[in-house]
Amino acid sequence: MIEGITIYEILTLTTILFFIGVYGFLTRRNLISILISVEMILNASVVNFVIINKYLYPDELQGVLFSIFIIAVAAAETALAVAIIINLYRQISSVEVKDTEVMKY
Amino acid sequence: MNIGYIILIPLIPLVVFLVLGIFNQKIKPSVSGYVGVFGLLVSAALSLYAAYQYFFVFGKTDGFYQTFSEKTVWMNFTEILHIDMGILVDPISVMMLVVVSVVSLMVHIYSRGYMKGDDGYTKFFAFLSLFTFSMYGLVLATNLFQIYIFWELVGVSSYLLIGYYYTKTTAIAAAKKAFIVTRFADFGFLIGILIIGYYTGTFDFETLNNPEGSAILNWAVTSFMGLSVITWALILIFIGGAGKSAMFPFHIWLPDAMEGPTPVSALIHAATMVVAGIFLVARLFPMFYFVENGFALNIVAYVGAFSALFAAIIAITQNDIKRVLAFSTMSQLGYMMLALGVSGYEGHDGVGYMASMFHLFTHAMFKALLFLGAGSVIHAVHSNFLKDMGGLRKYMPITNITFLIAALAISGVPPFAGFWSKDEILVAAYDQNKLIYYIGVFVAGLTAFYMFRIYFGIFWGKEKYYEHKPKESPLSMTFPLMVLAFLSITAGFIPFSEFISADKAGFEAHLNYPLAAIATLVGVMGIMLAWVFYKKESSLSDRYANALGPFYKWASDKFYFDEIYMFITKKILFKRVSEPIAKFDRNYVDGTMVGIGNKTVLTSEKIKGLQSGKVQDYAFAFIAGAVIIGLVFIYLLTS
Repeated sequence: MIEGITIYEILTLTTILFFIGVYGFLTRRNLISILISVEMILNASVVNFVIINKYLYPDELQGVLFSIFIIAVAAAETALAVAIIINLYRQISSVEVKDTEVMKY
Repeated sequence: MNIGYIILIPLIPLVVFLVLGIFNQKIKPSVSGYVGVFGLLVSAALSLYAAYQYFFVFGKTDGFYQTFSEKTVWMNFTEILHIDMGILVDPISVMMLVVVSVVSLMVHIYSRGYMKGDDGYTKFFAFLSLFTFSMYGLVLATNLFQIYIFWELVGVSSYLLIGYYYTKTTAIAAAKKAFIVTRFADFGFLIGILIIGYYTGTFDFETLNNPEGSAILNWAVTSFMGLSVITWALILIFIGGAGKSAMFPFHIWLPDAMEGPTPVSALIHAATMVVAGIFLVARLFPMFYFVENGFALNIVAYVGAFSALFAAIIAITQNDIKRVLAFSTMSQLGYMMLALGVSGYEGHDGVGYMASMFHLFTHAMFKALLFLGAGSVIHAVHSNFLKDMGGLRKYMPITNITFLIAALAISGVPPFAGFWSKDEILVAAYDQNKLIYYIGVFVAGLTAFYMFRIYFGIFWGKEKYYEHKPKESPLSMTFPLMVLAFLSITAGFIPFSEFISADKAGFEAHLNYPLAAIATLVGVMGIMLAWVFYKKESSLSDRYANALGPFYKWASDKFYFDEIYMFITKKILFKRVSEPIAKFDRNYVDGTMVGIGNKTVLTSEKIKGLQSGKVQDYAFAFIAGAVIIGLVFIYLLTS
């Protein structure tokens, strides 16, 4: 419980963060930027977990543990994504989204 | 009365087969021949010992020859219905052991000379051993299923040996024909076995053949189309037997089977495998006799009589000596069948049964001798055809004498073996059925005629031009001829009726002098006629053939039975039945499946443009979808 701040304000903040991530994901041309956007979406959900845990079930810890779990998975996922991007760069010398169209069917 | 060693009799040839088959490439031909002969020698010695033990030492108690068996359960169906594996020792199986082992041993020895220098020498002996094993298994079988298994095994070995010269297209075709025709008949056999198993609850010969047993007493319980189901089963089993024994109308494979090497013809298609059908009927004789008052047995008699006559007529017109012998075999098998068909059960009434087995025994000896003699001649002149032979008696004295003995034996001239057994058959037929008796006598005359036709044609007549001067075959080939000739002379003096009879009690058979005189007279007339026609090369026979006109042509073309079968299979079955079904299968059944596959490919080809390859398009679709589902849940599904 944080003094003077209600759960709604924090949820509004995470929603804004989430949609910024979505917007970035849909509009960026660069694969690295898209990856960063995905991280923002993930962070929004992580904050949600912690906040809901804190406000609704103060005596429990599942939400906090779950957020740590998500951070670990996100780290792994980022490593994988960067590896893919590096390999892609070696193949087509580009990290632009439009150049990856060659991979379709 | 330990009968355990009898199991060795079939096992030794099996081991020989495995050794020769597995080390086919490694064994030298000179060794493999000895291995085969030695294996057979041991099992023949054991067979003769077993026969001596059974018939003279322990077999007879209380005036009856007992049946001994040792078996183990092989496959369980229900509490009572199971298939056993084992050996059954009774008079006919012991007699068959002797026949198979003696003829097989002689053929093995003979093959060492006949097949010398052939590429597949070792393979040949391996197959011969496989066949001998299967035949032993067949005669020792304790139940219908076991006999069926070995029945198919002899079919396979016959197939392998007919197609032994596998580079010859005619040999391959003949092997296939033999296999398919007999297999087709075996289908009837299998259904018969299943019916018997279903309605009587047992496959075991001892249980089935017990005249006071439930299988025979309850034959009338279930009927189908006016006949007892058991009768139907027996008729179906007889169809299987007719296929193996080349009875009309399943005879078409036997003449073609002569494409195989001559020792094979002697062993399989004269002496042993083809008598399996007769053996089968004899094995189930009490059933055939008691069920429905012998309805099925009557069919056996008429099919046998007709086959005997039919084959004898064709045999007269053939020019390939092996084919003459093949039709002669078919005719003699018909004789055995008709003897079984007219037989009674008890005491002297069972003379037909005993005569059939007697004829089987003597026929095995003299027909194997005829084939081996013919093989010796073919070996010398390199041709199967009568027109390439003549005047060979000067060059091949031993073959000449032994062939003459065999020909006299089959013609029923006393005191040779065939006379005694044929006489018993005619006695049995005379007592039961006059029509069959007359057919039998007529066939006896025909037999003498066609046999001496080829005898004079080969050994007398005008000398032909030979590329190499023909010479007598080596001792390995003439020795079996001499042994079999000795047996063909003496086998008739065995008091067969004391050992083998339908009720297993044995009886004393007497020569019926008037009937014997008639049969002998007819036989001698046949020989005289052949003498007149064929002793010297003359146009007499051609003139008579021309006088008979179309009938002669029909007979020499085997009454067009091959053509009829070809017509039925090719023109009717293949064209009218199989082809439309194949068309339906290809166009509709396959077509549906192929169509579904093609449609899927076409559709996906059309819609694959939806995949742009742009990650963000996919992401947008995903998010939009998520939003839509969210909206649906929020506004439509919650109220």
